[in-house]
Amino acid sequence: MIGRIGAGIAILLSVLTFTSTVHATEIRKVVSDKGIVAWFVPDQSVPLITINFVFRGAGSATDPDGKEGLAEMSSALLDEGAGDIDSVDFQRRLEEIAAQMSFSAGRDHYSGRLRTLSVERDKAFDLLRLALTEPRFDEKPVERIRGQLIASLRQNAENPQRISGKTWSETVFSGHPYSRPASGTEQTLAAVSKVDLQSFVEKRFTRHRLVIGVVGDISEAELKQRLDRVFGDLPQTGPKFNIPEVRPSGAGKTVVIQKPIPQSVLIVGQAGIKREDPDWYAALLVTRIFGGGGLSSRLYEEVREKRGLAYSVYAYLSPMEKSALIVGGVATQNSRVGESLDVIQAEWDRLGKEGITDDELRDAKTYSNGSFPLRLASSRGIARLLVGMQISKLGIDYIKTRPSLINAVTLDDANRVARRLYDADKLTIVIVGEPEGISSTR
Amino acid sequence: MSVITRFCSIALHAFSLLTASAFFANDSHAVVFSPKSFELDNGLQVVVIQNDRAPIVMQMLWYRVGAADEEPGESGLAHFLEHLLFKGTKTTAPGEFSRTVSRIGGRDNAFTSYDFTAYFQRVAAHELETIMRLEADRMHNLVLTDEVVLPERDVVLEERRSRTDNSPAAQLREQVRRALYLNHPYGRPVIGWMSEIRKLTTEKALAFYRKHYSPSNAMLIIAGDVTLERVKDLAEKYYGPIPGRTVPQRVRPKEPPHRAARRVVLKNARVRLPAVSRTYLAPSYASGEKQNAHPLEVLAQVLGGGTTSRLYRKLVVERGIASGAGAWYRGDGLDYGEFGIYASPKAGGDIAALEKALFKELDAAIVEGFKAEDIKRAKKLITAQATYVRDGLRAGPNAIGQAFTQGQTIADVEAWPERIAAVTPEQVMKAAWTVFDDKNSVTSVLLPEVRK
Repeated sequence: MIGRIGAGIAILLSVLTFTSTVHATEIRKVVSDKGIVAWFVPDQSVPLITINFVFRGAGSATDPDGKEGLAEMSSALLDEGAGDIDSVDFQRRLEEIAAQMSFSAGRDHYSGRLRTLSVERDKAFDLLRLALTEPRFDEKPVERIRGQLIASLRQNAENPQRISGKTWSETVFSGHPYSRPASGTEQTLAAVSKVDLQSFVEKRFTRHRLVIGVVGDISEAELKQRLDRVFGDLPQTGPKFNIPEVRPSGAGKTVVIQKPIPQSVLIVGQAGIKREDPDWYAALLVTRIFGGGGLSSRLYEEVREKRGLAYSVYAYLSPMEKSALIVGGVATQNSRVGESLDVIQAEWDRLGKEGITDDELRDAKTYSNGSFPLRLASSRGIARLLVGMQISKLGIDYIKTRPSLINAVTLDDANRVARRLYDADKLTIVIVGEPEGISSTR
Repeated sequence: MSVITRFCSIALHAFSLLTASAFFANDSHAVVFSPKSFELDNGLQVVVIQNDRAPIVMQMLWYRVGAADEEPGESGLAHFLEHLLFKGTKTTAPGEFSRTVSRIGGRDNAFTSYDFTAYFQRVAAHELETIMRLEADRMHNLVLTDEVVLPERDVVLEERRSRTDNSPAAQLREQVRRALYLNHPYGRPVIGWMSEIRKLTTEKALAFYRKHYSPSNAMLIIAGDVTLERVKDLAEKYYGPIPGRTVPQRVRPKEPPHRAARRVVLKNARVRLPAVSRTYLAPSYASGEKQNAHPLEVLAQVLGGGTTSRLYRKLVVERGIASGAGAWYRGDGLDYGEFGIYASPKAGGDIAALEKALFKELDAAIVEGFKAEDIKRAKKLITAQATYVRDGLRAGPNAIGQAFTQGQTIADVEAWPERIAAVTPEQVMKAAWTVFDDKNSVTSVLLPEVRK
């Protein structure tokens, strides 16, 4: 009884919350003299500056054939020497100012971030500029990083999570760039040359791919100058990489990778929904009810709470530039894999056929509207959001409009989308372990 | 390694593994989190860390009980009870706690280590009362039945398989702890041994709860967009009526003198990259030769804390025989601290040669000492964290909660940066000479099993 009343109040108040949150995180669009665009949230509460940026469509899916792992290898080398500064010196200078700089290659996008004490921003921004525009790729650090990446491949070679993820990508994206190993293989990493690294960066670090989010202790006028200095000399455009759209394959297929471990690791999933799809918000709420959001969901309740089958069980939407997936997962002792799969498939089927209830939808909405602002607690969270909003082409007022997009989802919408997306007959299942009584299809 | 959570995919897990010290640090202006605190009549300590950057609050409740407070034969009980605190009270149904938090748009979880058990939620600021009501309720009204306890025990067994039994490296870490501690309960796994988890019962969990869960054994920390007055009102209202209980003194078995260096080797066909490490028993901030704790923090950084550190520079950069190398210090334990060094070879490299090189570098470092500028840079790097940790809500409650449960005070947390800044090169070397005694150490080697 108390719970019900509480929920009603929460709906009302979550709107009010947003009003004040918007005030706290008012986003400005900043355009520098040279035309570099950044979304910016000024914040003097801590003397720090955080900048996140992305080169869209420059991720590991664009690795040349036979050079898989190139994007990741380059991302590990940008702070290993640039301009006149060699590798050891570059690392030392970063430490001297306690700046945090890192780069990473996702499948679709290539991203970087810098966090610095605002008093050290001169040096920090200059090191970032050098890393992006004049990376050296000297032989010694290249060989060292290559060795580390190969060592890391070996270290992870028998990790069941890694094996299941890799097998999953190979199965559902067979023949597509998404199927290739983002971290490469020992062979492809060995094939990467200094010229490959230079050419990779030159072709992809372009202004037309660039998206930037900045949070922190810096004035708008100064930020404009810094943006010009760091990013202004990057080439305007570069070649286009033609990654085709791909519909996930492998529906109805089960792949078992035998490994002598006591607990099997499973990935189950099927085609999902793109971020720009008009049904996105309905899908988000339905999937939250099904398998998301921490310590309560249908899967959590049925697999973990009622039956004690697993510690971790989940499902989430994975939208990509050229495809989309719903991915679920569980890890359970070998003798109970069959039972766990039965429960998950039954829930998957029930969701597709019967949909959700009004109560579930209402709770999912209050959860979604209430939890979204929690990511605004830190500069890093806000900066990630600023970049994500731009990649997904959301409006600069998205923080304000999002609750209305969530609240507009009706039960009919949700159930139509559940029917459209969730089809237990289309599941692809990957299992790593020694699952009892289950073998690969075909 | 030593902290385990109720739900694995949460980011918090990663940072809760860090030593308390990693969170607070300095620009030598003393204050870090500027907390305010008071105590209720029943003994509950309450701390408020105001931060009105976003309309969000975080509640953390820390209990001074962990795996090192379990009786022999009942390993895993503290962590199991943590799971069971989500299973309902006299007025809330099993699972209702998390469902309510979720419905109001919050996130909740909990974690257990040797010296503490902690529960937390993050919600919109106007929902603070809801989570304070719920958390206070389960401090004294827990109801457990076999119907909910037994499936949860299976969940914990699966958690153990995920964390430890599926991973040769994790199995080795468990063996290292067992070998490092000859007598103290820090040698047992927080999650428990498989055979002992299986024997945990509803009755044992309830007895442990009654023995240790009391306002007089806990600290409540509220961080975020809130005032001291508001927290006082709500704490009095919900936590105030809970009767204080006498809880047992935390007297754990002590270590006898260590007289022999130990070595553990794990061979497994699933190991593709060998590794070598050595862990030394060390003083902590709260026990042993405490004056060495801050210097050891600096030592870990300058010896093996990053890419410019001595071990990394020599073994990875200059000699090129290792893919990774470093050092760490865990100084937050109530009874003991630990200092570790480690290295992994390059693919196909010779692990025996690397082991020799690692210890040779360690000896050389102790003999030669460190350059003043290297120590200065290490201190700067550590103390800059004092600023970084203020960006967000979690670090303050974490640092203060860990201090409370591990024999330190709020003043220690706030003074930490100053104390790090004051560490001299001589103190670093003195700490190094003291800690690197082979008799106090376990050397561990992870090896591929070669089939003949």
